[in-house]
Amino acid sequence: MYRLFILPTMIINIAVISIPAILTIILAFYRWDGISDPVFIGLENFERLWNDRIFWKALRNNLIWTALFLTFPIIIGLVVASLLLTVRRGSTFFQIIYLFPLVISAVISARVWQGMIYNPQSGIVALLERYGLDLYDPLSRTATALYGVAVVDLWHWWGFMAVIFFAALRQVPQEQIEAARLEGATYFQMMRWVLIPGIMPTITLMMIMTVIWSFLVFDFVYVMTQGGPASSSEVLSTMAYRRAFYELKVGNAAAIAIVISLFGLVATFFYLRLQRGEGE
Amino acid sequence: MNMLESRNTVILSYFILGFAAFTALFPLALMLLNSLKTVPEIIASPLAPPEQLVWENYANAWKHSKFSRTFMNSAVLVFLTTALVLSTGSLTAYVLARKKIKTWALVTAYLLATTTAPIQLFLFPLYFGFAHLGLINNIFAVSVVYCAIYSPFSIMLLRTYFLAVPKELEEAALVDGATPWQVFSKVYLPLVWPGMLTVALIIGMYTWNEFLIATTFLQNQESRTAIVSYFLLSGQYETNWGELMAGAVLVVMPIIILFIFLQKKFIDGITGGSVKG
Repeated sequence: MYRLFILPTMIINIAVISIPAILTIILAFYRWDGISDPVFIGLENFERLWNDRIFWKALRNNLIWTALFLTFPIIIGLVVASLLLTVRRGSTFFQIIYLFPLVISAVISARVWQGMIYNPQSGIVALLERYGLDLYDPLSRTATALYGVAVVDLWHWWGFMAVIFFAALRQVPQEQIEAARLEGATYFQMMRWVLIPGIMPTITLMMIMTVIWSFLVFDFVYVMTQGGPASSSEVLSTMAYRRAFYELKVGNAAAIAIVISLFGLVATFFYLRLQRGEGE
Repeated sequence: MNMLESRNTVILSYFILGFAAFTALFPLALMLLNSLKTVPEIIASPLAPPEQLVWENYANAWKHSKFSRTFMNSAVLVFLTTALVLSTGSLTAYVLARKKIKTWALVTAYLLATTTAPIQLFLFPLYFGFAHLGLINNIFAVSVVYCAIYSPFSIMLLRTYFLAVPKELEEAALVDGATPWQVFSKVYLPLVWPGMLTVALIIGMYTWNEFLIATTFLQNQESRTAIVSYFLLSGQYETNWGELMAGAVLVVMPIIILFIFLQKKFIDGITGGSVKG
């Protein structure tokens, strides 16, 4: 009887995720344009990727992205959360403001930043240029495009970390904090020896999820630069999307999807172990 | 760690928190401010207040994005997805919370694993499969896809609400001869509805904002969502940033209003399951 209860969830999940995922793995060994019959080509899709300059560029960009998101949002989140704990009064108000960027669609955020900040005619960049600052639209240059996009995603993201860490910090036993204070702990000592150890499980979980999410990043890159200029901001997910739907190299796209999944799989392994470690 | 802080520490803390709040709000303030200006005014300075309020920007954005149609599509999609996630997810959450059977650990692990699967891992066969079955531009089909993607998260969140219901209530109902379905619908559902509302808000927001699946599966004007039609508007013609900002305000408005009124539920939903005590 109870098996019947979980049936709808499982049927939908397996039909939408598992079966297509298995097909993707199979397709990675075929050449297919989405219309005619697939042709088995063994490892050729992977060999192609190995020799594909853009693939390495995209992989490198995903790793840079991971490094950026493992540091900035987590540090900003921790600092802001600890300050919210310090002031207490107004913490709900601040949390709501910090979450505004998170609840807004990536498409909207991307366009607002493009038009009102980065734009060399209508944005803040243009305004500052007129005051003599040597600025330019970061999205227009190969050296800075990826970082230009990352800044917008960081803006959208750090509030989430702050709110998560604040929720965790509130569960750190008050006595520990008081004891440290009575012994005259400074802010950094408090962070290092009481607060961070107290919420370590949450930080670890967020870092694992950050690795997974960093390999999934799509919306901001696709909307703001389409991976350009000259593939300089291409990431694996936008590259796979382009291969499948623009160039109709579905086998090639499937091979990229498998590479993305491998990074996620390693992180998922740690994630599941952590979940199990929590008991229940 | 309140009360004992020195005055200076608190003032410095507020200063940094205020600066962080300014950073979060600044681009959104620019969006709102410039949505009421003409293009020459925006180019003159994005920070200056409008000389007179250009409400036409809103009317033009509404017309050019075909929002009267696409807002409706988004609303239908949100409704279908939320209904599907809540109905299938609550059943599963109940079983996972209350029934101790060996394979459930496997089910839980499977669901957690699918939350981390990249969309690209299943997108391509799914797209060509849907195309083959004639399901492209079908809003209901897309809501099923969303349901699969959002269910695991929703189930884990709902499960905590089911766990909070005293077990004795279920036992008493079973002694009185209630069927499993009656226990679920008559004992549990009336008690877990705050959790259902939280999940509905989060899933509704995700669905309203979602781009990748929506742009891939809903391609024609009759089925497009508000986000996708906004994306297309901003990619064509000469760029009228005033009109584009007005369109942006229109698209985010429903979410922001809900968020402001039901902030506590949002924060519960957003932090739910992520904090390991």
